[in-house]
Amino acid sequence: MINQNSQTILNVKNLHANTDGTEILKGINLTVKSGEIHAIMGLNGSGKSTFAKVLAGHPDYTVTQGNVQFEQQDLLAMNSEERAQAGIFLAFQYPIEIPGVANNQFLRLAYNTVQSKRGNEELDPLEFDDFVREKMKLLEMNPDFLDRSVNEGFSGGEKKRNEILQMALLEPKLGILDETDSGLDIDALKIVAKGVNHLSNKDNAMIMITHYQRLLDHIVPDYVHVMESGRIIKTGGKELALELEKHGYDWLHSHQQNNAGVSA
Amino acid sequence: MSELVSNDYLECLLKSLSIQSEGISSLGAPANNQSAWLKQLRKQAIDRAGQLRLPTIKDEAWRFTDISPLAKLPFKPAQALHTLKLSDIQSFFIEETNNRLVFIDGFFAPEFSGITDKEQLIIGNLPSLIESHASLVASHLAQHAQYHDNIFTALNTAFVHDGAVIIVPKNAVAAAPVHLLFIATQKETTNYPRCLIVGEANSQVTLIEDYVSLQNDAYVTNSVTECYLAPNAQVQHIRIQRENTDAYHLANCAVSLDHASRYQAVNVSFGAQISRHNLDVGFKAETGECAIDGLTIITDGQLADTHSCIDHIKPNCTSRQQHKCIADDAAHAVFNGNIIVRPGAQRTDSSQSSRNLLLSGTAQIDTKPQLEIFADDVKCAHGATVGQLDNEEIFYLKSRGLSELAARNLLTYAFGAEILNRIPLASLKHSLEQIVLNQTQSSR
Repeated sequence: MINQNSQTILNVKNLHANTDGTEILKGINLTVKSGEIHAIMGLNGSGKSTFAKVLAGHPDYTVTQGNVQFEQQDLLAMNSEERAQAGIFLAFQYPIEIPGVANNQFLRLAYNTVQSKRGNEELDPLEFDDFVREKMKLLEMNPDFLDRSVNEGFSGGEKKRNEILQMALLEPKLGILDETDSGLDIDALKIVAKGVNHLSNKDNAMIMITHYQRLLDHIVPDYVHVMESGRIIKTGGKELALELEKHGYDWLHSHQQNNAGVSA
Repeated sequence: MSELVSNDYLECLLKSLSIQSEGISSLGAPANNQSAWLKQLRKQAIDRAGQLRLPTIKDEAWRFTDISPLAKLPFKPAQALHTLKLSDIQSFFIEETNNRLVFIDGFFAPEFSGITDKEQLIIGNLPSLIESHASLVASHLAQHAQYHDNIFTALNTAFVHDGAVIIVPKNAVAAAPVHLLFIATQKETTNYPRCLIVGEANSQVTLIEDYVSLQNDAYVTNSVTECYLAPNAQVQHIRIQRENTDAYHLANCAVSLDHASRYQAVNVSFGAQISRHNLDVGFKAETGECAIDGLTIITDGQLADTHSCIDHIKPNCTSRQQHKCIADDAAHAVFNGNIIVRPGAQRTDSSQSSRNLLLSGTAQIDTKPQLEIFADDVKCAHGATVGQLDNEEIFYLKSRGLSELAARNLLTYAFGAEILNRIPLASLKHSLEQIVLNQTQSSR
């Protein structure tokens, strides 16, 4: 929900980043305030996922220009665990499987690490078990998933639900969902969307990266941004996604050229 | 490294043997207790040991494992003298079972041993079982572990005087696992643990063969374990090598599988300066199965070598093997996994996986899957990987707030836990997990 008086959570200015010497992000500007839901759309290779990873501090990407303020802190000066502790959460497009580590062990370790860094109380295994089971209900997850190895043998939908479960536990200020809708059938999509909507509130914000309008039927964005070649080339309201769905990304180009023609 | 390595070690041992062979039963049981066949066996082994030499890195099977430091040590056989109290060794006990045979420096310690499943098991040390079950013991002892071309098996057989014998009678199912605890207390000696396991038809047992130290000095363990499974018998064999990091551990284990028997093993090696574990499994009849899992975790300058050979002699048998090594610091791990499918061993189903994790730039891992297939209707899969911790995995954990160190430790632990999870005893699994965690944490 847009509220002009709410606080700025994220302020990205002229962000450039490269990997292996190739520039992927070429000057991104984005402001996210608390309470807002942003969608970033765009074709494959436009830099959407890279943007998400750069915000989360992935070591493969080097920021070459620009700056990012996250709640009055210099995000780029923090390493990835500090960002997580400060309240950035990235839901992975392809969550990692960790055979040999029970999901509940992993979830509790992450939860307690973040809690202690934030000066909150940690939970012992029994307390945590009650706590996590409550959160799992929201995502209609079977408690059996606690005893299984992290993401191992989980279906695509189960992995994504496990990501949102982690978001529910870590209570981030900014949730970044990287193609959380990919590989989900419609029922799983609805459950995941319900979870995200439940977690979204006036004090936090979400950035959803997606190819498709489909997700945005269930999680309604306040802003839709279109990325191309490492930049945000257009920003609009939720209706922009519908237009894109109807006309395709090419429409944007002809549309833009028309606009350019008019303003020239 | 020349073949003229100073063989003080061997000479010293052989000298003590020649003294023994005059009055051959100077160790362990009283003289009149050693039966003629055992004397004969020992004599043959002594003769054979005298003809063999210690292997060097010029021997293909020892290419990566340089035991020349061992050759320089004038280690005498350990003696049967200890002053341990129960409280000294209790921490090694496994809470899930009271079936326990304790051996100190290779000698049976009845005061610390006890068997609760007397109904289901015929169990005891070698001299007492030779007395009560002579023909059974004679028909298996030294019949599965060949000593003709193996100096360490030859020496162990030459010195055989005591050991653990477990006979699971026909149709018997042991309720609780059997813990075979081998404790080394004497520095600069060699001890010769020996185990014989006979699973008679349709029997089932779980056993833990456990090597520990109560000293910090160098010594040598030279152990031999033989296991025979009759038709439809099952054994779950957990082997833990957690000797001190100055010790030398040389182990040979030979398993013979009869019709439709099942052998499951989990071999864990943490300890010793230099360790070598040879595991030979032979399918002597059809439809046997074996599943062998191994985990080696070493650091500093440790060297741990596992050589296995799974021999599909007969058709329709299934083998599965997974071996993992984690090497940190300047440690060196070796895995050589040989699978033989003999002519006529059709419909063999075999898979082998060797996965290895290097935690430092100076650690070394040599892995060699070796398949020799002489039959045409078989399914054999194998794979080997050597890698470091995956950066994407580390990033995933860090993005959940874990520190770099915690992330690396968790992933290292997870790599090993896949094997440890196959240990069916919660308390043992837990204590081994602690060793893994301590090892990964202390190394950084």
